[in-house]
Amino acid sequence: MAAPRAEGTDFTSNLGRVYAMYTGGFLGFVLFLAVLEQVGVPQHIIGYLFVIFTIGVYALIGYISRTMQVSEYYVAGRRVPSFYNGMATAADWMSAASFIGMAGTLYALGYDGLAFILGWTGGYVLVATLIAPYLRKFGCYTVPDFLAFRFGGNGARIMGIIVLMSCSFTYVVAQIVGTGLIGARLLGMPFEFAVFVGLVGILVCSMLGGMRAVTWTQVAQYIVLIVAYLVPVVILSAQRYGIPIPQLTYGQVLQEIAVREQQMVQEGLAAAGALRPHAVPFNVYSPLNYFGLIFCLMVGTASLPHVLMRYFTTPSVRAARNSVAWTLLFIFILYFTAPAYAAFAKLEVFRDVIGQNIAALPGWVYSYGRVGLVNICGVAATSADAVMAACQKIAGHTGILRFGDLRIDNDVIVISTPEIAGLPYVVAGLVAAGGLAAALSTADGLLLAIANALSHDIYYKIMDPNAPTRRRLIVARTLLIIVALLAAYTASHRPADIVAMVAWAFSLAAGGLFPALVLGIWWKRTSSAGAVAGMAAGFFVTLLYLVVSRYYPSFGVQYLGMTSLLNAMTGAPIVPDMAAALANPNADTLAGLASKVGWFNVNNISAALFGLPVGFAVMIVVSLMTKAPSAEMQAFVDEIRRPRGQTLMQEKSS
Amino acid sequence: MDPKQVEAHWAETQRLTWIMLGIWFFFSFIIHMFAPALNRIVILGFPLGFYMAAQGSLIIFVAQLFWFARAQHRVDLKYGFAEEED
Repeated sequence: MAAPRAEGTDFTSNLGRVYAMYTGGFLGFVLFLAVLEQVGVPQHIIGYLFVIFTIGVYALIGYISRTMQVSEYYVAGRRVPSFYNGMATAADWMSAASFIGMAGTLYALGYDGLAFILGWTGGYVLVATLIAPYLRKFGCYTVPDFLAFRFGGNGARIMGIIVLMSCSFTYVVAQIVGTGLIGARLLGMPFEFAVFVGLVGILVCSMLGGMRAVTWTQVAQYIVLIVAYLVPVVILSAQRYGIPIPQLTYGQVLQEIAVREQQMVQEGLAAAGALRPHAVPFNVYSPLNYFGLIFCLMVGTASLPHVLMRYFTTPSVRAARNSVAWTLLFIFILYFTAPAYAAFAKLEVFRDVIGQNIAALPGWVYSYGRVGLVNICGVAATSADAVMAACQKIAGHTGILRFGDLRIDNDVIVISTPEIAGLPYVVAGLVAAGGLAAALSTADGLLLAIANALSHDIYYKIMDPNAPTRRRLIVARTLLIIVALLAAYTASHRPADIVAMVAWAFSLAAGGLFPALVLGIWWKRTSSAGAVAGMAAGFFVTLLYLVVSRYYPSFGVQYLGMTSLLNAMTGAPIVPDMAAALANPNADTLAGLASKVGWFNVNNISAALFGLPVGFAVMIVVSLMTKAPSAEMQAFVDEIRRPRGQTLMQEKSS
Repeated sequence: MDPKQVEAHWAETQRLTWIMLGIWFFFSFIIHMFAPALNRIVILGFPLGFYMAAQGSLIIFVAQLFWFARAQHRVDLKYGFAEEED
């Protein structure tokens, strides 16, 4: 190993102290702001101080970690201890959607929403056992690097880049939209300005130091986001049940919800069919769709390049395995708290909002109604008068709020909890800082994955293999800025479908990359032609199913044999009269058939249920039909199965 | 390098991996197929089927991965394929 070590040893041996001081400093800063609020500093100033301080710290870390070495830029010099890499990966993994949206999904879907909790954690078992340690032994800089080497040539590399780009770009756009929404809703910034702040936040973290800077900022961001996620719900649990462990006390809340659900039906506040009991399985997803979603999210997790590349930064194969375990532990802390958020919020809504006189609704309903997140009787709940006027227009409305009158955006659940618990604004500011940290850390990782694929795989490996180090790094940074600007530009137009498209990323990654990664390591016979054909087939089938069922459903019904999906509760088709629906000029819109048709009643979010088997089958069949890989290549596969020895891909490290 | 050692190491690695995948499969899918029945058992207010999907399986996954990291390292050590510590 020619990599210089001396420079980093001081830092790595002091990591514990550095981050302990950082955490202490952050908590001190929160307390300081709490004091400021008590002495009368206005809320928006406190909100802005949170944003400026946290982004300032990330920028400082990014600046300190600047580097001109290729191995530092791409894999942080492979010196990140497994504990800290676990933290960084957890921040990389948990996006704005996990932080803000997940609890809301659980609120809306009840038990069936747990598919996301299971799918987004269990996938790490596949990462640890099937893929990550072997890629670490191989010693590549990017995932397409591995595909190109193992499957000899640029065909596999380019296929890998196509899959990587198509799943990462929409994902990074969603993160920037996330920063815009957090800025707009929690801090009162204009959306476009908040997008710009997010863009700056992302660039200062990643541009100068590449993977090294992103790693150390992500650790800092994890600390902010986990503190911000736990504080409101821990306080709420202590207030209501005397025990500050919400993950334990929400069992009681589940019971109270079940009682209240029956009561609401008896009192005529909710129709029995409209109310889906919170803890009862398979009301929203049929068992096939529930387990299909879990499967696709898990396999997708194990194939997403921005996650896998984080394990290239550990000092050893053994550290890579440990690091996956740490990652899952750190993710677990947030994910097993999300259902508690959902339960507390649901009880609050069922008890203190539904069944109440419309004149006496709690204040938080209006604070989020004003930003368009709460609708009552079909209008945004901007004020008590507006709500009353709208409800009076509904025939037979008694002035008591019913279940069907209320529509709550998923994002409200987490961001309203501080207010529901009656906590000072500083806690809401903390939640905003946490959501921002979650969005920025994920965006950093994704942006790096995209820019590295362009600079390392396309520019250096394909276009100019003789490029000097300096030029490689300049190209890498320039591409990073271009991709970031492009993503921010797309985000500023608020693409409506973006959140749904993120869920697609998992199926696309699963269908396109998983078979090649797993068979490349576990089946020596996998040939180059087999791999390229299998990746193309898996990716194409997944994409076809997604695009047709969402955007061209009438084409799917007429030419591809798609049929209506079924209602999970009743088993009846959700499009009862297909002929009439097809005749409708809006057949291909969301009001028409979009996302309502498919094969075998499979939702389009689980498209990899088709793509993955096709990808595996094509890869195996074509491999058996073509020449076996050379003895040299087979020896190479043997080599990556044993941790001992040099990494196989040696890069010049300066 | 002794080819027999290489083969034995890989066989044992594969066996461990299959065990891990078995546990993963059981706690990802099989147990949740019985969620409606498990929900009749209530502990601390949690219907058990709900609890397994919200916390139980997750705890198993975390514990499993720490165990896997140790077990695989032991396999590597046994056949002399573990990395040199530096």
